[in-house]
Amino acid sequence: MKQTQPCADSLQQARLARYSPGSTKASARYLWPLAALILLLAANLLLDASFFQLSFQDGRLYGSLIDILNRSAPVALLAIGMSLVIATGGIDLSVGAVMAIAGSICANLLLQADLPLVLVITAGLATGIAAGLINGTLVSYLRIQPIVATLLLMVAGRGVAQLINQGQIVTFLRPDFAWLGSGSWLGVPVPVWLVIAMFGLSQLLLRRTALGLFIEAVGCNATASRYLGINDKAIKLFVYAFAGFCAALAGMISAADIQGSDANNAGLWLELDAILAVVIGGAALSGGRFSLLLSVIGVLIIQSLSTTIIVSGLPAKFNLLIKALVVLLVLLLQSDKFRRQLSSWLPKLRKWRKGGQA
Amino acid sequence: MLALSSSLALSSLARATTIGFSQVGSESGWRSSFSESVKREAAARNIDLKFADAQQKQENQIRAVRGFIAQRVDAIIIAPVVETGWAPVLREAKRARIPVVIVDRNVQVNDDSLYLTRIASDFTEEGRKIANWLMQKTDGKCNIVELQGTVGATAAIDRAKGFNEVLSAYPNAKIIRSQTAEFTRSKGKEVMESFLKAEQGGRNICALWAHNDEMALGAIQAIKEAGLKPGQDILVVAVDGVPDYFKAMADGEANATVELDPHLGGPAFDVIAAYLRGDKDISKYINNTGELFSQDTAAAEYQKRTNK
Repeated sequence: MKQTQPCADSLQQARLARYSPGSTKASARYLWPLAALILLLAANLLLDASFFQLSFQDGRLYGSLIDILNRSAPVALLAIGMSLVIATGGIDLSVGAVMAIAGSICANLLLQADLPLVLVITAGLATGIAAGLINGTLVSYLRIQPIVATLLLMVAGRGVAQLINQGQIVTFLRPDFAWLGSGSWLGVPVPVWLVIAMFGLSQLLLRRTALGLFIEAVGCNATASRYLGINDKAIKLFVYAFAGFCAALAGMISAADIQGSDANNAGLWLELDAILAVVIGGAALSGGRFSLLLSVIGVLIIQSLSTTIIVSGLPAKFNLLIKALVVLLVLLLQSDKFRRQLSSWLPKLRKWRKGGQA
Repeated sequence: MLALSSSLALSSLARATTIGFSQVGSESGWRSSFSESVKREAAARNIDLKFADAQQKQENQIRAVRGFIAQRVDAIIIAPVVETGWAPVLREAKRARIPVVIVDRNVQVNDDSLYLTRIASDFTEEGRKIANWLMQKTDGKCNIVELQGTVGATAAIDRAKGFNEVLSAYPNAKIIRSQTAEFTRSKGKEVMESFLKAEQGGRNICALWAHNDEMALGAIQAIKEAGLKPGQDILVVAVDGVPDYFKAMADGEANATVELDPHLGGPAFDVIAAYLRGDKDISKYINNTGELFSQDTAAAEYQKRTNK
């Protein structure tokens, strides 16, 4: 622990630079993403109050809020993995393609008669880890820039998935595997449980051991942390493998959800949603501090937005514009400079209104 | 060999005709079955087919067409990847007196004598056909939710146009919700889930109209998970005719689809044969809009499509 102290100091500085100073305002970085999420949900309340209705139907909770949780599960898993990769100063563009590969492997294995479910799931997860190890090796041992190294698999990976599926959408009829995507337990969809489990395990692994600290240390200064005895290459290899694992799990959920593997579209552009979620959660792409909770809140913001747009009945051509505007607003709200500017305008505005009345 | 093949063009079709076919690639299941069908049809007619896969690149297509011209084939079929940039190579073919048939997507050239004809299905007509079926089935009284294709795609725009054209004649039928699901199964499911919540658990919805089968297949799952019966509580209509959708129809979970016919090889070879026989009166556009299929024939059609 003591060894990492200097880096922790620079970490502290990074913290000071990025967030409001002082321990009392540390909660501020949770405040704005949460406020944005609540605001979005409140907007739905105005649009249509039935948005918040929850009912119990066929042994599962049913309602728009559950949909948001359920639909955000794949991106939430990607974002958990992506948070760690970004914390080391890297980026993983390949997670969407890894989703497609894992989905196609599982779908094709499920077509073989009577393979046990455990084997199929293990194979899917192993694929993800293998893909992650390729990325990690390229980045840490061959020193290829992360954006280039993972771009390779982003482009080639989808091709691999299409090859495995032979250009078709491979569908399967296996209720046990489909349960991963559309089943429920204690009334809550299984994908949501998987995210909760993954979040809990990661949080334990990262915060109850020194691993989380090591990752942040490597992210803020890889060379310095190496001198301090942290194996920065192994740490980087680990985070990419971890991201691959999360992506494979997300890919299996997506495939199980539609009971088929669509190599062309599974996970398409989701890597960008995951990166966006991590950024909305307030992490810096230059590496350093990360918060899994904030990343997951970022995912919920994105998904609430998507669901809101669908429910709102606006023409489809406005979808991306609205998404961009809301994300911009969330990011602006997190900027200290912007908030200071805003609060300096407020008194002026009041004065101007008073002047107008007089 | 060269002299032989050019003399063949004038003589009867008893001897093998050589035809070059430049295909876009194999990006979708529909495209693969299109390629397969052309190859099968060529074999059945004893045509020597030279097949070139362009892997979604126009430059590969142009190179392939130049290759066909150099080999002095009897005719060329192009399934163009994009609409523009075809005039120079088509002019070369015309100079070499090789007829060119355009299939599937369109080409934009000022001089339509550069190609023999274009064979394609009419997206607007597909929309009209499926809308007419739905209006008959529901006596023109229906609350419809629409899953659009990718924003800006020709197939999405034209199918919607044809559908709405028919709908305008029925005052009691209207589209109550419409969103894009990007032609994919997973988006289809996601958007349908939201539609069901927004319309009182789906009780308000009489029919689902999807711009392709894949989105409808996703939506069918969403309807089932909401505790409703797709095909009964909510009618399901779409366009494309993929095998999985025929299975859904056979199971009673979907109601109708208009097939986007992948068997463009037959009509293309027909028109080439007619031209080589000396028939000069060939229309510049041959409509190949597919048939409408409903549950009655779905089981048999599914058998036919999977036992190839």
